[in-house]
Amino acid sequence: MKTSDTLVALALQFTALSLVAFGGANAVIPEIHRQAVDTHHWMTDQDFAALFAIAQAAPGPNFLVTTLVGWKAAGLPGALVATAAMCGPSCVLTFWVAKAWDNYRETAWRSAIGAGLAPVTVGFVCSSAYVLVRAADTGWKLVVVSAASAAVAYFTRINPLWCLLAAGALGVAGLLR
Amino acid sequence: MSERPTTWALFVTFFQIAVSGFGGTLPFARRTLVDRRAWLTPEDFTETLSLCQTLPGPNIVNMSIVVGARARGWRGSVAAFVGLVGTPVVVVITLGLLYDRFGGLDVVRHALVGLGAAASGLVVATAARMAEPMLRGRALVAAPFILAAFAAVALLRLPLPWVLVALGPLSVAVVWFWRRRA
Repeated sequence: MKTSDTLVALALQFTALSLVAFGGANAVIPEIHRQAVDTHHWMTDQDFAALFAIAQAAPGPNFLVTTLVGWKAAGLPGALVATAAMCGPSCVLTFWVAKAWDNYRETAWRSAIGAGLAPVTVGFVCSSAYVLVRAADTGWKLVVVSAASAAVAYFTRINPLWCLLAAGALGVAGLLR
Repeated sequence: MSERPTTWALFVTFFQIAVSGFGGTLPFARRTLVDRRAWLTPEDFTETLSLCQTLPGPNIVNMSIVVGARARGWRGSVAAFVGLVGTPVVVVITLGLLYDRFGGLDVVRHALVGLGAAASGLVVATAARMAEPMLRGRALVAAPFILAAFAAVALLRLPLPWVLVALGPLSVAVVWFWRRRA
């Protein structure tokens, strides 16, 4: 695929995802994965898991995995196109809706939309978890690591960065092979 | 809003939120906007967050747009957005470059395998935290849609926008009639 074709594909994909990403980037991970790995073959399953981990470990909002996917697909232009396409449409929408928002804040239909979309979003985030666990956990030791980090994040208020650091250190020490 | 922040203050504040927000920026956003800067009351913050959650896009990005817009119009939104996203984008691209160059080394590969497993576990926890109050509060209307969305996207690998278009309006309609009946 030519670079320009890749850039167009990235722009279209992330523009569409921007407008359906209710609940943020975690909800659209399965779709990014499907397109980047299955449809366009921009990367392997392992690459995807690694890039997602890098985005999680870096400071800032976690939608930055889109920047890395764009970068992997088409270098620096890809990274910028993917980031702009992922943020642009939803930002413009938010800007205009925020202006009108105060008129509608207590209406029943607005609250029904929020409450109705929420379970679908939760289903998407569960799908993200499923896709990521399948990509990352290639052996039983890694399943244990995932389970431990899920338990720490769910049951405690420890900063999740410690889970990432600890797991990275276990990996470096050669204990996860 | 107690004072009207300047575009520079918006830029700096959202920059601070971005760089301190390892593994999730929302708690830092709350601490900074409500406790430290007092730009928003706790009620404002909750209200703004619910707006940002109703709209598509990352919540914290939407919040930068809304807080910026209320203070300084579109210039405020741009300042807050660039403050929030600019530095992290440069950081991840640098990390991506390093991954390409050194990703083949054993030590990096092993570290990333561990990181990836832990990061996927964090998403499992996020999913559980989101599902839990819903299943406790209104399992009957929520659970079928959680399961249907999961089956369609994770198991059948259907394109997510289609699934949203199919299930979203149906779920909203169910909530609407459920509430009118109650």
